[in-house]
Amino acid sequence: MTDHRIPVTEDELHAYVDNELPAERRGDVEAWLAAHPDDAGRVQSWRAMADALHARYDSVADEPVPKRLEIERLVRQPRKWIYGAIAATLVAFIAGGGVGWVARGVAASPSAFQNLTVDALDAHRLYVVEVRHPVEVPGNERAHLQQWLTKRCGWDVRAPELDATGLKLVGGRLLPGPTGPASFLMYESASGERFTLYTSRAKTKSAQMRYTAAENSGAMYWSEDGVGYVLSGPTDKDRLNQVARLVYDQTEKTGG
Amino acid sequence: MIPALRRYARALARDSDVADDLVQDTLVRALRSERLFLGGDVRSWLYTILTNLNKNRRRSLARRPQFMPLLDNNPDASGTEAEGRDIARALATLVEEQRAVLLLVMLEGLSYREVADIQGVPIGTVMSRLARARAHVKASLEGERPALRRVK
Repeated sequence: MTDHRIPVTEDELHAYVDNELPAERRGDVEAWLAAHPDDAGRVQSWRAMADALHARYDSVADEPVPKRLEIERLVRQPRKWIYGAIAATLVAFIAGGGVGWVARGVAASPSAFQNLTVDALDAHRLYVVEVRHPVEVPGNERAHLQQWLTKRCGWDVRAPELDATGLKLVGGRLLPGPTGPASFLMYESASGERFTLYTSRAKTKSAQMRYTAAENSGAMYWSEDGVGYVLSGPTDKDRLNQVARLVYDQTEKTGG
Repeated sequence: MIPALRRYARALARDSDVADDLVQDTLVRALRSERLFLGGDVRSWLYTILTNLNKNRRRSLARRPQFMPLLDNNPDASGTEAEGRDIARALATLVEEQRAVLLLVMLEGLSYREVADIQGVPIGTVMSRLARARAHVKASLEGERPALRRVK
């Protein structure tokens, strides 16, 4: 039973709107708001304010990033300060998570999902060229890798078995995603061809598989149960599709 | 991350060139620093750099006469323009710390804890700044809207 006798404070109203309120108190606040129209009005006005801010400023995040802010350009200049894998990690942090602007409670537009794909492709391009440090946890520690990523990401992260397509798990790492962590898994064929699977929370419930390509890399992306998947690899669409199907079939099985 | 930083900078600094300068300085500083590799949350850390750079910028501006941009450049094409200008104008009337808190929480979706770390203050201070900022913006929006309607 909720105890309506404990009055709701001003701080709690703010915390309620900002999703900072402990879950067990939310019911009390909702009951309070139903009984106190003035407070309900204020809460509503704060929500409208957030909508107005997003309506005004989200378009900035949709603009193409000006040339002078391109990460490749900035990295090229201060090269002497950064080295190899460390630089790659940092750059991935900054280049990645590009859809951080998808606010809580605001449904992702199609372009938001496409931005997630762009981030995944950026991470793909950065890490597939790494010889010594492509991953944080190697593929021979598969169980540990899955456990760790699942714990950090908050959904069931399974490294799919892609042996049927000639791909072996190299390993994985954790990256910052749009609204939280992202898992990043790398696979390699005997000929050295590399594929990566990037997953992160996506606001779109489900989206069918699509293909995109940029700068010698291609990607198949889709979402399932609020998780976005991006499989990146060489631009060979048929090959990508073959691997993506295999990934899809396995996530469906484990997810369901 | 860059689109989100640009959005925050634009809302914080209003002028789009100034905003992108802030983002560029933030990125260059981040790339040159090694503090990052000791761990911690990169996203918060980038917002911290940008927030501090803007504070420094305003401090140096304060010694000179203040110029306010006449037009809010780049009005949003999708939302209604009048509303976009309203909220931008309301933001401009906030004191720096309150504006940063409001934007970090409401626009960028950061937690109170993260904002407290960014500003180097206790969570209670973040909450009181947020409450004051919301009350101020609400009053400012309600004060302006009727006037705009009359113009129409």
